[in-house]
Amino acid sequence: MENLIALLVAAPLLGAAVLLCGGRRLDRSGHWIGTLLAVASFAVGVLLFADMLGKDAEHRALHQSLFSWIPVEGFQADVAFQLDQLSMTFVLLITGVGSLIHVYSIGYMEHDERRRRFFGYLNLFLAAMLLLVIADNYLLLYVGWEGVGLASYLLIGFWQHKPSAATAAKKAFLVNRVGDMGLSIAIMLMFTTFGTFAFGPVLESTGETSEGMLTAIGLLLLLAACGKSAQVPLQSWLGDAMEGPTPVSALIHAATMVTAGVYLITRSGAIFNAAPDAQLAVVIVGAVTLLFGAIVGCAKDDIKKALAGSTMSQIGYMILAAGLGPIGYAFAIMHLVTHGFFKAGLFLGAGSVMHGMNDEVDMRKYGGLRKYMPVTFVTFGLGYLAIIGFPGLSGFWSKDKIIEAAFAYDDGIRGWIFGGVALLGAGITAFYMTRVMIMTFFGEKRWQPDESGNEPHPHESPKSMTIPMIVLAFGSVFAGGLFSLNESFVKWLEPVTQFEHPHPVISVPAITASTVVVLLLGAALAYVMYGRKPVPVTAPRGSLLTRAARRDLLQDDLNHVVLVRGGEHLTRSLVYVDHTMVDGVVNGTAAGFGGLSGRMRKMQNGFARSYAVSMFGGTAILIAATLLMRAV
Amino acid sequence: MSFPLLTATAAVPAIGAIVTAAVPAARRTAAKWLALFFSLATLVLAIVIGVRFAPGGERYQLTESHAWIADFGVRYELGVDGIGVALIGLTALLIPFVILAGWHDADPEETGSKRWRPTQGFFALILMVEAMVILSFEATDVFLFYILFEAMLIPMYFLIGGFGDRAHAGSDEKAATQRSYAAVKFLLYNLAGGLIMLAAVIGLYVVAGNFSLQEIAAARASGELEMATNTERLLFLGFFFAFAVKAPLWPLHTWLPNAMGEATAPVAVLITAVVDKVGTFAMLRFCLQLFPEASKWATPVILVLALISIVYGALLAVGQRDIKRLVAYASISHFGFIIMGIFAMTSQGQSGATLYMINHGISTAALMLVAGFLISRRGSRLIADYGGVQKVAPVLAGTFLVGSLATLSLPGLAPFVSEFLVLVGTFTRYPVVGIIATFGIVLAALYTLVLYQRTMTGPVKVEVARMPDLRVRELVVVAPLIALLIFLGVYPKPVTELVNPAVGHTLSDVQKKDPKPEVEAAK
Amino acid sequence: MSPVNYLYLAALLFAIGSTGVLIRRNAIVVFMCIELMLNACNLALVTFSRMHGNLDGQIIAFFTMVVAAAEVVVGLAIIVSLFRSRHSASVDDASLMKL
Repeated sequence: MENLIALLVAAPLLGAAVLLCGGRRLDRSGHWIGTLLAVASFAVGVLLFADMLGKDAEHRALHQSLFSWIPVEGFQADVAFQLDQLSMTFVLLITGVGSLIHVYSIGYMEHDERRRRFFGYLNLFLAAMLLLVIADNYLLLYVGWEGVGLASYLLIGFWQHKPSAATAAKKAFLVNRVGDMGLSIAIMLMFTTFGTFAFGPVLESTGETSEGMLTAIGLLLLLAACGKSAQVPLQSWLGDAMEGPTPVSALIHAATMVTAGVYLITRSGAIFNAAPDAQLAVVIVGAVTLLFGAIVGCAKDDIKKALAGSTMSQIGYMILAAGLGPIGYAFAIMHLVTHGFFKAGLFLGAGSVMHGMNDEVDMRKYGGLRKYMPVTFVTFGLGYLAIIGFPGLSGFWSKDKIIEAAFAYDDGIRGWIFGGVALLGAGITAFYMTRVMIMTFFGEKRWQPDESGNEPHPHESPKSMTIPMIVLAFGSVFAGGLFSLNESFVKWLEPVTQFEHPHPVISVPAITASTVVVLLLGAALAYVMYGRKPVPVTAPRGSLLTRAARRDLLQDDLNHVVLVRGGEHLTRSLVYVDHTMVDGVVNGTAAGFGGLSGRMRKMQNGFARSYAVSMFGGTAILIAATLLMRAV
Repeated sequence: MSFPLLTATAAVPAIGAIVTAAVPAARRTAAKWLALFFSLATLVLAIVIGVRFAPGGERYQLTESHAWIADFGVRYELGVDGIGVALIGLTALLIPFVILAGWHDADPEETGSKRWRPTQGFFALILMVEAMVILSFEATDVFLFYILFEAMLIPMYFLIGGFGDRAHAGSDEKAATQRSYAAVKFLLYNLAGGLIMLAAVIGLYVVAGNFSLQEIAAARASGELEMATNTERLLFLGFFFAFAVKAPLWPLHTWLPNAMGEATAPVAVLITAVVDKVGTFAMLRFCLQLFPEASKWATPVILVLALISIVYGALLAVGQRDIKRLVAYASISHFGFIIMGIFAMTSQGQSGATLYMINHGISTAALMLVAGFLISRRGSRLIADYGGVQKVAPVLAGTFLVGSLATLSLPGLAPFVSEFLVLVGTFTRYPVVGIIATFGIVLAALYTLVLYQRTMTGPVKVEVARMPDLRVRELVVVAPLIALLIFLGVYPKPVTELVNPAVGHTLSDVQKKDPKPEVEAAK
Repeated sequence: MSPVNYLYLAALLFAIGSTGVLIRRNAIVVFMCIELMLNACNLALVTFSRMHGNLDGQIIAFFTMVVAAAEVVVGLAIIVSLFRSRHSASVDDASLMKL
C-alpha cells in the first residue's frame, strides 16, 4: 500500500509537466488532462484512506522511502514520504477540494486563451502541496513549501498583462521568502542540534536539548508559518493576492496553501509542547491576526478582499488553537477542514457572482442578486451560515471548540484574554459576513452601465461551476457535525497530535451560549447598518478606523515607507558607492599612475642641454652622497 | 604507458582552436561546425574521464608526469580529484552551448566587423579558453597551473574587447570605447592578481624546492617541510589574492560587471560560468592544501568578505538598470556563497561549494543565454526598454523564468541543493554568518522577480510587440540546460558522490572535523 | 710646483667646459666645450699618474684622446648633416619631441 504514496504527488506533477511542456496542441484537451490527474490523485488518496481505516489506530502511519536525495558526509536528506492521520486529512482535503476547483475552473476559465497553462499551474500546485504534507522530513517539506509559493506566484500573476497582478505576485513571493528564511534557519538549527531533520528523530528527541533551543526553533517555525499563512506581521500579501483568478483564491488562498502554517505548527507539536514561550508567541500571533483580519474584512468593498480578510482571521483562529498545545491541535485541524469547505464555497460563490457581473468586484455595485443567481445565493448563504458559526453547521462545531480551548489556555488571566478575543472575533465575523451577504444578495440592484455602455446581465453560472459549489455547500453544512459525532475527528488525530480535554475558566454551556449571543449581535448590527437603509454606491468617507482598515490598517504604508523606500535609497546609494568608491579606488590608482607618468614624460623634452643638466645634477648628487657617506 | 586521457581532453579543444582558425575566410559556416564538433569531442572525453574516475580510490587519478623545465624542477604533472572531474565536466558541457548560442555573434554582416576572419577567430578563441581552463583543472604542478592561470587571460581579453555586445544605446564608437575599457580593466585586474601570485609561486619554490603540489602537500602533512608562520601567511595571501580577483570577491569585483556587460552573452557565460570557477577551484586545491594553517588564520576575514559579497552583490543587483550587469552582480553574490562554503571548513560547506560551482555555472548559463537572446531581439540591454514580453514570446519568457527561479535557488532546481548545503555547512560552525547569509535568499528573490516583472509582464511595449519567440537553435541551447537544472535538483547524488571523498581529503588537509550535533555531543 | 695645482687647473677647465655645454646653443661651440671637458679629464689623469708614480693614468689619457678623435669625426659629420637639413647649428632646433 505504501508504494502508492508517491503516486499522490506523481499524478499532478505529471499533469503539470505535460501541460506546461506540451505546447499549443494540448490547448483543446489540456483542462481535461489536468482535471483527470487531480481526480486520480484524489482516488489514490481515498484508496489509501480506506486502507488506513482498516487498521487499528496506532498502526495507521505508512512510510515510503524513494531515494537518497542529498548524500553528503554527516548530512542525510532523503526523498521519503510519511502518511499518517494528520497527512491523510490534508491529502483528502487538498485533492478533494482541488478536484472540485479543477472542475469549476473548466467553466470559469473557458474564455481564457491560456487555460491549458492555468491547469498546468493548478496541477503543479497540487503536487507541491501534497509533497508538503506527506514529506517525512523538514527539508522535503521545505521543497513543497517553496513549491506552493511558486505555484501561488504563477497563479496570482496569471493575468500578467495587468501590472497590479504582476506586482501582487511578486509581493506574495517576497513576503513568503521572509517566512521561508525562518524555516530554513529552523532546519539548520535542527541539524546542528539533532544532526538530522527527519520528523521522527527530531520530534522524539526534543527532551535531549534545552528549552531555549526549542523556543528558538519554535519561533523560527512560527515566522515561517506567518509568511505562508498570512499572519501578522507577514500578512500583507494575502489581500493583494486576490488579483489572481477566483478559483485560485478559493483553492490556494483560502482552503489549502494558507493553512500550511497550521500544518507546520501542528506537525512540530512536540517542539512547541516543550517550549511554552514559543507557544505563547503562537497564541498571540493567532489572536492578533484574528482581530486584524476581521477588522480589515469589515471595511473592504471588494468582495474578494473582504473574504481574504476573513480568511486571515479564520486562520488566526487555527493558529491560536495550534498554539494551545494538545488541547487545541485537533480543533485547529478540524476548523481547517471545515474552513476549507465553506471558505472555498464562499470564494467560488464570489467567483460565480463576478462571472455574471462582468468581473465587477465592488460589492457596492451589486445588490439584489439573489433573484438572478439562486444556486449561487443558496450555496453562498450556507457557506455564510457555516462561517459565522450558526448552530448546527460546520463552523459552529469547530469554532466553538476553539473558543472553549482558548478559555482553557491558562487558569488565570491568559484564559480570559484569549478566550475573550476569540469570542469577540466571532462577533466581528458575524458582522462582516452579514455585511457581505446583504450587500451582494439583498437590497436593490445598484449596478450601472460602465463607460462603454455595457450593462452587466447577471445570470446563473454553468453547471461545471455550480456543481462544485453545491458539493462544497454540503460539506459546509454537515462536515462539522459529522466530525463531532462521538468526537470521531479528535480520536482519529489523537495518535499523531495527542489530545487533552480542555478545562475552560468558565463552563462550556456558558461559552456556547455567549458565542451564539455574540454572533447574533454582530449579525444584527450589520443588518441595522446595511440592511435597513440603501447602500451608497460610492463609499462614504467613514471613520478613522474604517479608513485605516480599508488601507489594511496602514500596514502596507508602513512597509512601503520602511522597506520599499528605505530599500530603494539603500540600493541607490550602494550603486553610487560601488561606482565612486570601490571602483573609484582602483580607477583612482590608475589615474594616479597616469598623472605621474604624464609629469615624468615632460622631462623627456628633446633639448640636449636639458639632458646635460640632469646628467650634471645627477652626477653632482651622486658625488655629494658618496662624500657624505665617507664623512659619516 | 596508458593513454594520456587528461592531456587528450585539453589537447582536443586546443587542436580544435588551431583547425578552426585555419579555415579559409570564405568558409565561415564550416568553422562553426568544426568548433562545435571539437567541443562535443571534448565533452565525450570528459565523460570518459568521469567514467574512468573511481570516487573512492586514490586522491589524484589518471595522473601523468613528465619533466619539463628540469633546472627549476618544473614538471608537466596532471591529475584529477573528484572536484576536478566535476569542473572539467561542467566546462566541457557548457562550451558546446556557448558555441551554439554565439552562432551568429561573430558574423561580419551582423556585426559590421571589418576584421580579418572574425568568425574563425571567435570560435578558435573560445576553444582556446576551454583548453586552458580544462588543463588548469588538471594541473598538479604549481608552476604549470600559474602559467595557465595567466595565459587564459589572453584569449579572454580578445573575446571581450574584440566581440562586444552589439546592443548599445549610444553610437558604435562609444560602444567600442566602453568595450575596450572593460577588456583592459579585466586584463589589468587579473594581471595584478596574477603577478602577486607569481611572487608567491617563486616564494614557494624558495621554501619548498619544487613545484609539485602532491610532493609539497605530502611534505607539509608529514611535517618534513616546516614553514615559518609569517612566510606561510604571506604565501597564502599571494595565492589567495589572485584567486579572489578571479572569483571575484568583494572589493575586487568591479571588473566583472563591466566585462559581463560589454561582452556578448555567450562570452559573459564563459567568464562567469567557466573561467571564474578556476579561482574558487584553486582556493580549494591550492590555498587549503598548501597553506592549511594560514587558511585557518585568514578564515574570519574571508568569511566577512564573502558575507559582504553576498549581501552587497544582491543589493547592487537590485539597483541595476542593465540586464547583463544585473546578472553579473547576482554572480558576485553567488561567488560569495561559494567562498563562504569553502572556508566554513565543513563537509557540507565544501561539498556544497563544489556543487554550487557546477550549479551556478548551469543556472547562470541558462539565465544569461536567454537574456542574450532577448537582448539580440530588441537591441537594448536596459530593463526599462522591455515590458510584456511574456505575451508575445511565451516560451522565451518561460525559460527566462526558470533561469530566474534557479538563480533565486528555488527548491527542486539544482542551485537550491548547493545553496542549502553551503548555508548548513556554515551554520554548524558559524551560526551568525549563516543567518546573515540567509538574508541573501530574500534579496535574490527580489532582484530576479523584479527583473522578470519589469521585462516580461505588464502591458506589451510597442517595440517588443513583434518579437519572435525562441528559434529551434536557441531552444536546443536552453532546453538541455533546464533539464539538467531539474535533474540535478532532484537527484544530485552522482555529483555529490564524486565530490564527497575529495572534500574529505581537503578537510583532513586542514585538520578540521565537522562539529558534532549538540545532542550527540552531550552523550 | 705642487701637482695639486694641475688638478685645480683641470677642475677649472672642466667647469668652463661644462658651463659652455649648458649655456651655448651652437653645436660647434658645445662640441668644443665637450672637448675641453675631455681634456680637463686627461690633464687630471696625467696628474694622478704623476702623483702615484705609475703609467696607468697616462695610458688611459691616450685612450681618451683616441676616443675623442673618433668622436670628433662622427660628431662633426652629424653636425654638418644637421646644418644641411635645417640651416642651423643650434642644438635646441634639433628637438623633434612633442611636449
